[in-house]
Amino acid sequence: MNRYPLWRYLLIGATLLIAFIYTLPNFFGEVPAVQVSPVRAVEKADTALLGRAEAALKSANLAYTGAELAGNTIKLRFASPDAQIKAKDVLQAALGDSYTVALNLVSASPQWLGTINALPMYLGLDLRGGVHFMLEVDMKAALDKAAIRYQNDFRAELRSDRIRYGRIVREGNAVTVHFATRDQRDAAIDKLSAAFADLGFTPADQEDGFTLTARLKPEAVKRVQDFALQQNITTLRNRVNELGVAEPVIQQQGTNRVVVQLPGVQDTAKAKEILGRTATLEIRMVDEQADPTMLSQGQAPFGADIVPSREGFPIAVKKDVVLTGDSITDASPGFDNSSGQAAVHINLDGKGARIFKDVTRENVGKRMAILLIEKGRAEAITAPVIREEIGGGRVQITGMANTQEASDVALLLRAGALAAPMQIVEERTVGPSMGAENIEKGFHSNIWGFFAVVTFMIIYYRVFGLFSSIALAVNGFFLIALLSMIQATLTLPGMAAIALTLGMAIDANVLINERVREELRNGATPQAAIHAGYERAWATILDSNVTTFIAGISLFWLGSGPVRGFAVVLCLGILTSMFSAVTISRAMVNLTYGRKARLAKISI
Amino acid sequence: MLELFPFKKTIPFMSWGKATTIISLVTFLFSIWALWAKGLNLGVDFTGGTLIEVSYSQPADIPSIRSALEKTGLPEITVQNFGTSRDVLIRLPNKGQVDMAQTSNRVMAALTAANSDVELKRVDFVGPQVGKELYDSGALALLVVSLGIMAYLAIRFEWRFAVAGMLANLHDVVIILGLFAFFQWEFTLTVLAGVLAVLGYSVNESVVIFDRIRENIRKMRGSTVPHIIDDAITRTMSRTIITHGSTQIMVLSMLFFGGEALHNFALALTIGILFGIYSSTLVASPLLLMFGVKREHFIKPVEKKQEAVV
Repeated sequence: MNRYPLWRYLLIGATLLIAFIYTLPNFFGEVPAVQVSPVRAVEKADTALLGRAEAALKSANLAYTGAELAGNTIKLRFASPDAQIKAKDVLQAALGDSYTVALNLVSASPQWLGTINALPMYLGLDLRGGVHFMLEVDMKAALDKAAIRYQNDFRAELRSDRIRYGRIVREGNAVTVHFATRDQRDAAIDKLSAAFADLGFTPADQEDGFTLTARLKPEAVKRVQDFALQQNITTLRNRVNELGVAEPVIQQQGTNRVVVQLPGVQDTAKAKEILGRTATLEIRMVDEQADPTMLSQGQAPFGADIVPSREGFPIAVKKDVVLTGDSITDASPGFDNSSGQAAVHINLDGKGARIFKDVTRENVGKRMAILLIEKGRAEAITAPVIREEIGGGRVQITGMANTQEASDVALLLRAGALAAPMQIVEERTVGPSMGAENIEKGFHSNIWGFFAVVTFMIIYYRVFGLFSSIALAVNGFFLIALLSMIQATLTLPGMAAIALTLGMAIDANVLINERVREELRNGATPQAAIHAGYERAWATILDSNVTTFIAGISLFWLGSGPVRGFAVVLCLGILTSMFSAVTISRAMVNLTYGRKARLAKISI
Repeated sequence: MLELFPFKKTIPFMSWGKATTIISLVTFLFSIWALWAKGLNLGVDFTGGTLIEVSYSQPADIPSIRSALEKTGLPEITVQNFGTSRDVLIRLPNKGQVDMAQTSNRVMAALTAANSDVELKRVDFVGPQVGKELYDSGALALLVVSLGIMAYLAIRFEWRFAVAGMLANLHDVVIILGLFAFFQWEFTLTVLAGVLAVLGYSVNESVVIFDRIRENIRKMRGSTVPHIIDDAITRTMSRTIITHGSTQIMVLSMLFFGGEALHNFALALTIGILFGIYSSTLVASPLLLMFGVKREHFIKPVEKKQEAVV
């Protein structure tokens, strides 16, 4: 009665083998590496880039222990942190600003483990050191900004239709237009609601005249907010790239928050400054009279600045600013209707559209540059030729090499600046020494506790205690394998949860062993006692684990950050313990005692 | 066979009902008093504010750190040693500053100016709104866990068991909170996670005993309900002590080796596990009697059918 069929042993063997393979990467440790990834999406990390990087290192006489291409990054391994830091400087100098060169640690496990996706556990910031920020987007400001834009647009629209209006007042995100007569207002309702589909209009009769109040429709409010959040995330991503962080995490949280995690970053003051920076866009005219040779020598003509283009050659732009980025309400990639070329469509607000119309009328045939100014450094994103007068605030820029470049330019136009101000509402910084200390402490609590429990079990239950202990060790293995496999974030509370689940996992074995003892006491034969002990204990094991599981699930649902890490490990630990405590220990018991038909005594 | 608890006779736990009720009531009221009079010492997770941990290579000079920080003009700064004499913990509330996220940088700049031998170990900054949200979701988690466990027990057993088990374990939670309030140990998000885990865990014990009670009710036809309960507790006693003991070993290992970061977490678990043993044996079962659990609640129609066939 206490025999498993062969397939069951094979199944257990297979699970053990898989668990062993996926646990392996955790034992190899990490080696220093330099990671190179392109700043812009247009460029790709490819074998050519790998070749350039390798050539640069060779010419600087820096030995590297490995080079690989993974996704859109290349990783170069080094024997020492010293060589790693030198290599970072060499590579940054050789590859230039269009690539992010960052220090990183990569797993030292052999290549074949990587190819089957066996990676070491993903450590949380409290274990590896780094910064966690939560930023909140000021949605009220985003809506106010939209209202200000409409305020200007109304003026332009009403004027172009020759409808007379009085004051235009903005209060929060509601814009109210005053009229002298009812007819004027009714005409305005028709015009404005046709032109602005996103707005809801409410007319009202006041003592001193007639008003029309415009508010964003609920779905438009949602769109404005989503847009603001997405744009801010894009901007943050560009800025984080600049920080040179190896594996940054930038995630939306809820409807108005963004989480930024920067592993390994120590200089939080610099990180805060870069994340909080406001970039600006400017549109200026190109100085066509500038002498190319003077330009290449870096001498700016009178009344102009020299600005590098994205391709790297200098352009002279006039000091007068035509428009700033505030006037750009949207930018999207698309195609030119007549030629089918890749193009970027830009929408300007009312005031911007008027200025743009005047400037383009006076400067047909000349070039106009769009500049992105960040950290006091300007760069010309694009410098197209003006073909004709452009009115209506809808601008199309052609001259892009391909659709990829068009969407890149559109992204820069949109993401150069934040859509709405952001504020840091949570920060968690952990220093590198603290991270290492936490790992050590977490590890020690586990290992000492484990040995204490195992010692007790073996003394108290003898052979069955040994089986239980082996099952417990296997449980630990399973848990680590599972965490490595799904790449769940391991935090310090997560390590505490490993210890806790190991302590709780032995519960199942104690239940079984006590049941077996009791059956023996009641006069059952050893074989029958083993059988009954395992059978009867199962229901209780299930019951007792379900309640802890409920607690774990709720914590995962409602918790955040480290608590979530605790909850994940707790839940996974319960699952693995139910398997290992029952199946693994039973397999060992069956192998040892199952074949003996006349078993007189068992060691429990 | 090595046995720690070789109970041959059934121990009359239920006859101690009066004594255990008094003990529970006293500790419970004490906890409520501590919570009311002293309140929980909530960490920055819940109150919002900035917490900075720094470390020096020499024992830290607290007064000079304090005076260096007073020059920054930040209000209500507390400075204290943390763990060792070289580690220092600095706390600041979210008050009187325009850009609260910059607080930690101002503090670090002042500390570095005063003594360059300072290493930043940890910064926790929680804005006022976030603190409030964490507090709310923490309270909600406690409620959800309690209701979830109760629902499970009610489905698995009977409502009397569910209520008795839950009350016994909420009594543990209140005592943990009471002790945290009385000793003014810092109550953080991690501690809350520990409390909720212990809630799920100690209910285990009640579940095991209830399981036995249910089994005994069917088996021990001639016995009274208190005797049935006594028998169930006696027979599971050994297991109760051993399983809690082994979990306690792990938790103590955390308490001793886990460092300051896990200290209060392990403390909450230690109290929870110790009181868990007590409450599931000596609180849950008397409550069950009080709710008037009867044999009829378990003799289901299924059994009647079997008799009819016979």
